[in-house]
Formats: sequence, C-alpha cells, structure tokens
Amino acid sequence: MADLEIRGLTRVFPGGVRALDNLDLHIRDGEFFALLGPSGCGKTTLLRSIAGLERPDAGQILIGGRDVTRLPPGARDLAMVFQDYALYPHMTVAENIAYPLKIRRVGRKDRRQTAESVGASLQIKGGMLDRRPGQLSGGQQQRVALARAIAYRPRVFLFDEPLSNLDARLRLEARTFLKQLQRDLGVTTVYVTHDQAEALALADRMAVMERGHIRQLDTPSNCFLRPANTFVASFIGSTPMNLLSATVRDGGCDVAGQRLALPEIVRGQVQSGEAVVLGMRPEYADVSLVEVPEGLSGPVRVLENLGVDSLVTIEIGDLRVQATTPEDCVPALGDRVWLVPDQRRLLVYRADDGERIAVGPAAPFAETTVDAGSL
Amino acid sequence: MGPDAAMPETAPGAPSAAAITARRLVGRLAFYTFVVVVGAFFALPMLWLAFAPFDAHPTLAAHPPTEFTLGNFPDLLKNPYALPSLLNSLVLSLATMALVVATAAPAAYALSRVRIPGRDVLLYVLLLFSSVVSGTAAMVPIFLLVFELGLINTQAGVVLVLAGGLIPAGIFMLKDFVDSMPTSYEESARVFGASPFQILRDIVLPHARPGLAVIGVWVFVNVWSNFLIPFILTRDPGKMPAAVVIYNFYSEGGQANLRLISSFGLLYSIPVVVLYLVVNRRYGFRFYGGLKG
Amino acid sequence: MSPREAETPAPPLPASAPPEAGATALRTRGAVAFIAPALALVAVFLIFPALWTLYLGLTDYRLTGIQAANPQFIGLDNYAAALGDPRFGNSLWVTLVYVFGSAVIGQLGLGFTLAWIFRGWRGASRTVLEILVIVAWIIPSSVVAFLWIAFLDTHDGTLNAVLGNADVPWLFSWPLLSIIVFNTWRGTAFSMLLCGGALSTLPPSHLETARLAGASSWQQLRDIVLPSIRGHLLTNLLLISLWTFNDFSPYLITAGGPNFGTETLPIYIFRNALTNFQLGYGAAISAILLVINLVIALVYLRVLRKRN
Repeated sequence: MADLEIRGLTRVFPGGVRALDNLDLHIRDGEFFALLGPSGCGKTTLLRSIAGLERPDAGQILIGGRDVTRLPPGARDLAMVFQDYALYPHMTVAENIAYPLKIRRVGRKDRRQTAESVGASLQIKGGMLDRRPGQLSGGQQQRVALARAIAYRPRVFLFDEPLSNLDARLRLEARTFLKQLQRDLGVTTVYVTHDQAEALALADRMAVMERGHIRQLDTPSNCFLRPANTFVASFIGSTPMNLLSATVRDGGCDVAGQRLALPEIVRGQVQSGEAVVLGMRPEYADVSLVEVPEGLSGPVRVLENLGVDSLVTIEIGDLRVQATTPEDCVPALGDRVWLVPDQRRLLVYRADDGERIAVGPAAPFAETTVDAGSL
Repeated sequence: MGPDAAMPETAPGAPSAAAITARRLVGRLAFYTFVVVVGAFFALPMLWLAFAPFDAHPTLAAHPPTEFTLGNFPDLLKNPYALPSLLNSLVLSLATMALVVATAAPAAYALSRVRIPGRDVLLYVLLLFSSVVSGTAAMVPIFLLVFELGLINTQAGVVLVLAGGLIPAGIFMLKDFVDSMPTSYEESARVFGASPFQILRDIVLPHARPGLAVIGVWVFVNVWSNFLIPFILTRDPGKMPAAVVIYNFYSEGGQANLRLISSFGLLYSIPVVVLYLVVNRRYGFRFYGGLKG
Repeated sequence: MSPREAETPAPPLPASAPPEAGATALRTRGAVAFIAPALALVAVFLIFPALWTLYLGLTDYRLTGIQAANPQFIGLDNYAAALGDPRFGNSLWVTLVYVFGSAVIGQLGLGFTLAWIFRGWRGASRTVLEILVIVAWIIPSSVVAFLWIAFLDTHDGTLNAVLGNADVPWLFSWPLLSIIVFNTWRGTAFSMLLCGGALSTLPPSHLETARLAGASSWQQLRDIVLPSIRGHLLTNLLLISLWTFNDFSPYLITAGGPNFGTETLPIYIFRNALTNFQLGYGAAISAILLVINLVIALVYLRVLRKRN
C-alpha cells in the first residue's frame, strides 16, 4: 500500500495545450480518489502520467515516497483498468487474468491457481475461465479486467472510466460492487470519470479539474453542497444548479428585476452595486402557489416528471429558473408561482472570477452527508 | 426486388395497373437477358481451360473432351521446363512474401505507433511513388540496376525488385491493421511490466496474425502471376517462373502443344484461385485482394 | 528521400525534441530501425529506378556499341525524336483508346452495373456470376492471354462458333477492340468489388426515403446513389486508369501487332529499350509514362484526402 504524491506536474502537448499545469496533489494511502472533469480537462493525462504512459514535461510523481517520475510503467507497481478493458482477444479469460503473472515469470500452475481464486472472488468461475473475452457480456468483461488488475497485487489501482461502456442499470450494480471491493482490498485507487454521480458515489475525496487545473479538491459532499466556484457548481449535480446573475443592493440583491435576500454570512463581504452570481440547486428551493414576499415569482413554463418529484421551469424576468417540487404539490403549466431559496444553501459567487464568497472560517451550515446514489 | 404490393390508391395521372405489369415484365426480360449475356461473356473463355486439359486431342475450340484422359498431366514431366518452372514460381513467391512481410510489418508497426518527425510526409511519398512507379514505367532502370548488381538471371534479382514494388502497399495495409488495434492493449501490458519484446510476441503479433496472413497471400498471388519482371530479368529457361514459361510455350514458332499448354495452364492457375477463395472466406479478402495489379 | 539517406544510420534526435510518449515502448530511434529495412528496399528498387529513368532519358545510352561504354548527355534529343516518331504518336493514341475503352467504359461501366444489380439480390445464380467474374480476375494473365487467343481464334475459336462459324479473324481485323474486351474481362472484378463496397456503405434509409417519395430505380440511381458514392467511383476510376496505362499484358496476346495496332506505351518502351537496346530512348518514353502516372496519382491522392 502506498500514498501518491504529485508535485508541480506539467504536461504541454505539441501545439501548446497545457493538459496539466503545475499541478500538486496528495492522495492518501488506501484512499478511493476520483478525478472528475469534462473531456479535455487533463484528468486522463494525469492518470496516464501516474501510470508512466505519458511523460510529464516538469514535476514529480512519488508513490509511497519513492520518486517514480522517470521509471517505466512496469516498474511502478500499479495496475490500470482501461475504458475498453484491454482484454486480449486471443487469450482465454484465465490467461488474461494471469498475464501480469506470466510477465513476472510465475509458473503455469500457480498462474492458473491465482486466476481461479481471484476469478472466483469476482464471480468469474467454471467454464467462463476458459472462454475468450469476446464471448462474455460487457459486465463480465469488466470483472475480468478487474480480476487481472487484482491478480497483479499492485500498490495503486488506476481506473480510466471503467464503467462507461456498461449500460445504465449494470453501471449502478458495478459501481456498488467496485466500492465494496476497494473497501475490502484497501488499495489506494485513482479513478477517472466524467460522470459526476459516479465520482460522488465512489470517492472518499475527489478533484474536479478544468483545463489542467484542479478547481476543487474536497470530499464528495463538500463538492456537492459547497462548490468552490461556478465551474464546479455547474458541473456537479444531476439536475444542473441555477446560476443567476444578480446585483447587490441594500443588504439584498436584484435578480431579473426582483428582490431576493442574501444569506447572512455573505452580507458583510459584498458591497452595494457589486455583481454576483447566485447558485441555487433546484432541490434547495421551495415552490409556492401562494404569494411569498421574499420569493422570486413567475409563470411555470415547463414541467418534467422525475419520478419522486417534478422539475419545474419558471420564467423570472428574462431568466429561466428550475426547481423541484414534491409529487403532492405540482403546479400546473402557466401557473404563477413563488420561488423561495433555502437561505442556508444559497451560494454566492463573485461575477468576475466565479469564486465563492464567504469561504471564511464559519461554515454556513453543519456538515451534511449526501447520499449520492439518490441524486 | 422492388415494391411488390399493389398500391391501394394510385395518384392522379399514374399509369394503370396493366401498364405497370407490362413495364415490369419487359424490365425483367431485359434484366435476365443482360445477366445471361454477361454470364456467357465471362464463362465462355474459361470453358477451354476446364475441358482441354482432360482431352486427349485438344483443339482451340472449347468443347467437352472427345476422348477423356488424365494423361496430359503426367506428360508434363516430359517437358524439361514445365514442372521446374512451377517450383521457380513457388520459390519466388515464398521468398518475396517472406521479405515483404518481414520488412513491411515492423515498418507498419512503427509508423502506426510512434510519432516520428516527418511521418506523414514519408507516408505520402511512399504512397505517391508506389502508385507512380510501375514495373513497366521503370523497366529500363530496373533492368540496368539488376544488371549492374550482377543479379540478372537470378531469383534474387526478381525477388528484390518485386519486393521493392510491393512493400509500400504492404505497409499501408498492415498499418490499417495495427491502427485498428486499441493502444490500450499495449499500454496495459506495459503497466504490468512487459518488455517491448514481450509486448510484440504476446500481444501485437497474435493480434496482427490475420493481417499478416492477408498480406502474405496478397504478395504470393501477385508474384505468382507476375509476368513482366521475371520476363525482363531472366534469360535462362531453367530459371523462369511458370508465368514466363507458359508464354514461351505458346509464343514460340511452330505448332503450339495444346495438351501441354492446357494442362500446365490449369495446374498453374489452380493454386491462386484456391488461395483466393480460401482467404476470401476466412478473412474477407475482397478489398485487399483488390490491390492486385 | 534519396536512397543514400535511407541507408545511413538513424540521425540523432534534435535535443529540443519533446520526450516521446506513446502506446509502445518504441522510441523514435527504435522506430527508425524498424522502418529502415523496408525503406532501404523501396529506395533502391522503386524510388531510385524512377529517378534514374529521368536521367537516362537525357542520354544516348545503349546496351551495345560505343554508347554503352561511354553514354553521352544529349539533353532533350530523345524527346524530340519521340515527338518526331509517328510510332510514338500511334502508341500514345492506342494507349488512350485502350484505357478509355477497357478501364473507363469496360471495367468501371460493367463493374458498376454488376454491383448495382447484385445489391439486394441473393441466390445461386448471383453467386455463380460473381465467382465467374472474380475467377477471371484471379487467373494469372499469361494464362488468360492464351485463353483469349483460343477464344478469338479464326477457325476453332469459341466466339466464332457461338456466332455461327463466322470465321472472323478477330485478332487481325479488330486487334485493339480485342484487347479492350480482353482487359475488360480480366479486370471488371476489381471495379465490381469496389463499387459493391461503396454501395453497401449507403444507408438503406436514403433509398427508402426516395422510394417512399416515388422515385424510380433510375431516379434513385441518378439522384441519390451516384452523388453519394462519387468519391469511391472517382478513386476507382483513377486506380484502374493508372494500372491500365501501365498494363503490359496485351503484349502476351498480340505483341503489339498487327502493324503496331495494339502497341501501347509499355510495349513501345519494351521494344525500343529491351529488344533494340536503345536504353536512353526507352527511358525517355518511360519518363513520359511516369509523368502521366504522376498526374493521375496526384489527382488520386487529392481525392483520397478530400474523402477523408
């Protein structure tokens, strides 16, 4: 087992794109760590640099305190599961699982034994071991790829979007399975994904990346409840957060010509006339059919049924704001409604750099854990 | 083919049902006439090769053997050049195949996987030259070059010239095969600590096997059929491949020996036809075979 | 890309080159070692001869006599001689007719027609016809040549028998037509396979939409099929034109005769250079053929690039 340290890592692609820009990161021993971001943000380059498949232009990578920056991939003692699983079509499942051991010159009998025992722990058994990967379902292939990584007994697991080739239902099952497996094995794990729900569900901590930089490094619940900037705010959450331009005035603010109160904690840190962006999750606002003086009001334009609740799109001035309502009080299309944000969860960002205001010592609310699986 | 169901309602001005039926009948008739004529066009010249080898007294006319015999084939042994030329063809084809596969495969692999400076220019130049420089257009310097190298009238000269011409296309075809192999296969093995040699042996080669087989057969068929290069580079009838020897059988003066030509021609043709059909069935040779020429 | 360059060992990397990262453990230096053998063979036996042709065409090189020992540089005299030789003009014309007749009309026309009628037609008769066309293409050309000598024979030939013992001396009276038909027979398979491949890339929904709109077969062909596979057809046309320009196989049937009636450029080159051993003159004609090839190839590469 080992921790993983990244120091000043920089990778510039031919053409000048800085895929990684002087990046620092420490991943603790045994931690399940997710790298989250849109495509092109550098998360895959970071993972491949850790693996040794990309050579950084500057910076250091340390695994368990040992500098591996210049070591070839095979000498780094880590295993990687690829998006396409990289199962060799010409080898049987057992041969695939045991291929890392073959490279380590483990004898044929021991290889078979390991393939069987590791396979059994992942429900790969019986006739499946002697089939070719092409004859397996997607979920089975994914487990074979996992088994191969486990059979190698690495100090670090690297996952490159390993669930993205599975269909939706199977992906949820595999996610739960993967989380439990990592808990049981306790191996430091770096997991790349562009799916925010996956990152929230799996990770102990996560880094949200954009254009070669880490925009937030935090626990999943903090990333969800207190996104550090508008980028993270807009990226995380299965229903996108409302980001409303507003102007501070007299301790409150103007939004599309209407008045809204500002959270207490922010009031001291903004000046009248300052442009801000309000971040409001659809889940953290009440929709009222009767007039509420402190609310934003407008007609309902779209109604979407999400199952447990409904997503309401309200036209407020020239803005469109979304909020969820429980199934027992869904307004009708065209109804005039009043929207009241939960003041404790209303986030305020500076309009110029998009950073959150009031990151001060006083937390705006008590630490809450969010069950990502229900997002 | 075509919509068979009768339209419940015809648009205004549309032809009547009877007119449609009549038109379709004429169309069918024209279609079958065309198919029969084209079929005959391709079949008739081939008939001779199917009948004459088994005829004790073949003529230039294609007709079922008047006196069936298999004796024409053992008689080939009596000709000092016939069977040895098949062996020459085999040697030329196998040697060129080995040379092309052995040089084009590593080149294709490197060109597919490594960003060498100037790679795209190199590929363009290769593609351009391989299509521009044909054996016919360069026969003079090829003849002189092989002459200067002292390789005139040797198998090696023919093999080198043919290989030089086939390698570029071979590289392109193999590069397609390597390109289609996910890089994650090699990356995964590297992460597990496999050496470059182990990666080539355990992963790349097994994966590229169908590609290598296709290229191998493609080279074999090309060399087996090639007439011009051995024709200008070999003088000694004992060293000529079948393509040249059979031409000598019918181009030399005097009465052509039809028993010899027909049975030898059949024997010489069968291997490539069989190879093509087998590979086509196994690997879908269609397009790659298309680069024969 | 001179042959010399390809034989010298790999040049060291410029110091500023970024470290190579990629799928394999192969670095640039290793990659050069992988490519070098193939490149050396191609350089010596393909690229060098082409460049040498250009040089030889400017000399009076012969294989025998004084000019063999000491060839003189004579500038463009060979080209002037070629332009003054009616046989060269004849040869160029014969080649153009041969290419247009057998490649453009014969192979492409028949090949596309076959691919079009094969689309959506399954059954034994289709398979038989397809295999016949392909086998005609696979049989070695020196055998095919004799099959056509026999087929077109004046007295015993199958063609005359089919036409009711007509006794037409095809190869004597219609030599150019004969080799055009021969080359169509031999090469149609390639165009048929390529057009078939192109037609199969056409999404069925396109034709179905047209059929729902009431388009006839001919209208579908003209409005949807041909515009969609234009690139494939052009590629095919350029390739077979290139090959037919360089095709030596008419030599096997007629050896260029009678009376130079089938003397295409390749045969003209062969006769001058390797029968009469006027290597310099032959090389000059070869250079003209190379330029023709180059023009076709450049257009071909442009089309390919556009298509990608």
